[in-house]
Amino acid sequence: MIGDRITLAHGEGGWLSRQLIERVIAPAFANSVLGPLNDSAILPASPRRLAFTTDSFVVTPLFFPGGDIGRLAVFGTVNDLVVSGARPRWMSLALILEEGLEVDVLRRVLGSASDAARASDVQIVAGDTKVVPRGAADKMFVATTGIGEMIDPVPPGPAAIEAGDVLIVSGPVGRHGIAILAARENLGLSPPPTSDCGSLAGLVEALRSREIPVRAMRDATRGGVTAVLHEWASTCGLTLAVEEHWLPVGDDVRGASELLGLDPIHIANEGTMVVAVPQGVAEGTLQALRGRPEGAQAAVIGHAEVDRGTPVMIRRGLGRERPLDLPSGAMLPRIC
Amino acid sequence: MKYLDEFRDPKLAGRLVDRIRRAASRTWVIMEVCGGQTHGLLRHGIDEALAGAVELIHGPGCPVCVTPIESIDFACELAKRPGTIVASFGDMLRVPGSNGSLNRSHQEGGDARIVYSPLDAVELAIRNPDRDVVFFAVGFETTMPATALAVLQAADRKLQNFSILSAHVRVLPAMRGILSDPGNRVQAFLAAGHVCTITGYREYGELAARFGVPIVVTGFEPVDLLEGILECVTQLETGRHCVTNRYERSVRAEGNREAREIVDRVYEVADRPWRGLGIVPGGGFVLRRAYEQFDARWRFGSVATELPVLGDVRCRSGEVLSGRIRPTECAEFGEGCTPDSPLGAPMVSSEGACAAYFRYSRFPGQIACPVLSGQE
Repeated sequence: MIGDRITLAHGEGGWLSRQLIERVIAPAFANSVLGPLNDSAILPASPRRLAFTTDSFVVTPLFFPGGDIGRLAVFGTVNDLVVSGARPRWMSLALILEEGLEVDVLRRVLGSASDAARASDVQIVAGDTKVVPRGAADKMFVATTGIGEMIDPVPPGPAAIEAGDVLIVSGPVGRHGIAILAARENLGLSPPPTSDCGSLAGLVEALRSREIPVRAMRDATRGGVTAVLHEWASTCGLTLAVEEHWLPVGDDVRGASELLGLDPIHIANEGTMVVAVPQGVAEGTLQALRGRPEGAQAAVIGHAEVDRGTPVMIRRGLGRERPLDLPSGAMLPRIC
Repeated sequence: MKYLDEFRDPKLAGRLVDRIRRAASRTWVIMEVCGGQTHGLLRHGIDEALAGAVELIHGPGCPVCVTPIESIDFACELAKRPGTIVASFGDMLRVPGSNGSLNRSHQEGGDARIVYSPLDAVELAIRNPDRDVVFFAVGFETTMPATALAVLQAADRKLQNFSILSAHVRVLPAMRGILSDPGNRVQAFLAAGHVCTITGYREYGELAARFGVPIVVTGFEPVDLLEGILECVTQLETGRHCVTNRYERSVRAEGNREAREIVDRVYEVADRPWRGLGIVPGGGFVLRRAYEQFDARWRFGSVATELPVLGDVRCRSGEVLSGRIRPTECAEFGEGCTPDSPLGAPMVSSEGACAAYFRYSRFPGQIACPVLSGQE
């Protein structure tokens, strides 16, 4: 009998542990590699170079408009692989559960992780479950690793960005951070803002199939677009200049940001990326991205320039440029 | 988006800049009272756009910044006290006191939490009946109605475990203090739009007449700020000094009567120390006698006695807050003092002048305010 709540016994390695794994966890991820429930997953050899990534997820609340911690964990890992130029193949998923968590909550999270894995054509081949006493964790933490096979041509990365290159975002920014904040703090926004939590694999594939010579791609998670731009600027040694009014921002995110004194360019996304491409292919890049629903609002936001002594500049309403700084302090903790 | 786009219209803003430049026969010194306005001016580069026509001096309108160190130290002590939770707005948790911030107290085993509304702190008290919840209340008249409402709710529910550490301040006495200073250079004020939404602006009449300064109620978007500045310059050029409302979409002459009544039921005006300005007569509020059981100082008075008050001697925030120096004139600016490792409150707060300079004009080639440097 599994019971309706997670107990410390579910993590002790006895019968209850085994029942939890066999009846709740493993069925959600049934696949040929996971099947035997051994200590290690044995993966087929790949002739390609491999991309390997790890991530952890502590979002609160576990369920939010547009996603939940399971979907976030899988797509977050998948996105790290695809923007590196890899095709995601295998994942591990480790759970740290707080004593007292409803088993139904676990089932729902695993169900959506399973759906996300299937949609991404990635297999969850290894896992682990620990239970900690009530108060030692907040309901559920998830840790993942992901392995993908590199597909040619691999984008050279931010060091290859040249002056004149164009910066593009794949969709409206700030949706995930605002959705979490609104859900967590009962901001009472109606309708509730929805997270962009989703896979970037389709968009990356669209760029590849059109043979767009991408310089760099990056999912704009914590720190938002600002964090990506700063990281790139420090790598390529150029000034990245963006135009505030070119940045796609939904009305709900904009309204909430204004109320709370936040800047959407700093706010986290979980299914939106920044792409740097040579100027000549900017139009083709936009067409490729806009050909998919999740990229319908892709937009050019700026370009790379010869170093002006300031890593990132933003032109705001009055047409005057100011430095765009990284935000300070804990703006929105526990969003992913 | 309605109420935003029209107030950020670059063409309209550009025309206003031209009009201000044409109207100004000399450089006028205008103080924007509110830190939110300081950030708007710097974020949009309005200070640079008006170089030569207007010198903007940043006012003391950052409630977090003017909160005395003694209050922060008291809050930190309370947060470390077993069985107590201190709740406040986000910035307040990062402001350094004599021995670190509320965040630091939390890291060392205390309990300090961010809330988005004083009413959330009341909820916290209801959910934690075995803990004492102290709301560290900061803000001008804008945030006071919500604090007063929290006290009334706590009284209605007869909560025994909820109290307020009040650091609320009043804007008008601080403006009077600045004008009364023999070294004052301020020739006109942009009054704080949000504060006036609550208080109205009738009280400013006496100030404008006595000191001969235009006082213009002003909003926070670029077009708002420029309209406020244009009104100041127009009055200064024609020798007038009236109180004018340029934030009509939000502010009425009498303010928000209902909100004022709620505040008045709970609070009374009192003298109060402001960081940087010293004791400001009538510069703050205390809870009325009928609500003193909700006053953390009354409830926990014993904790706070004998605490040494030590501001960081390197921090010149007092001079920044009273407009005597610009943030960039402080030797520690951007080096020993940054938003992630602040020496004083103005580098922490989202309304602080030091944070505004750090954020919008720190990098080489981006001289903070060409207007300000070289004008004195």
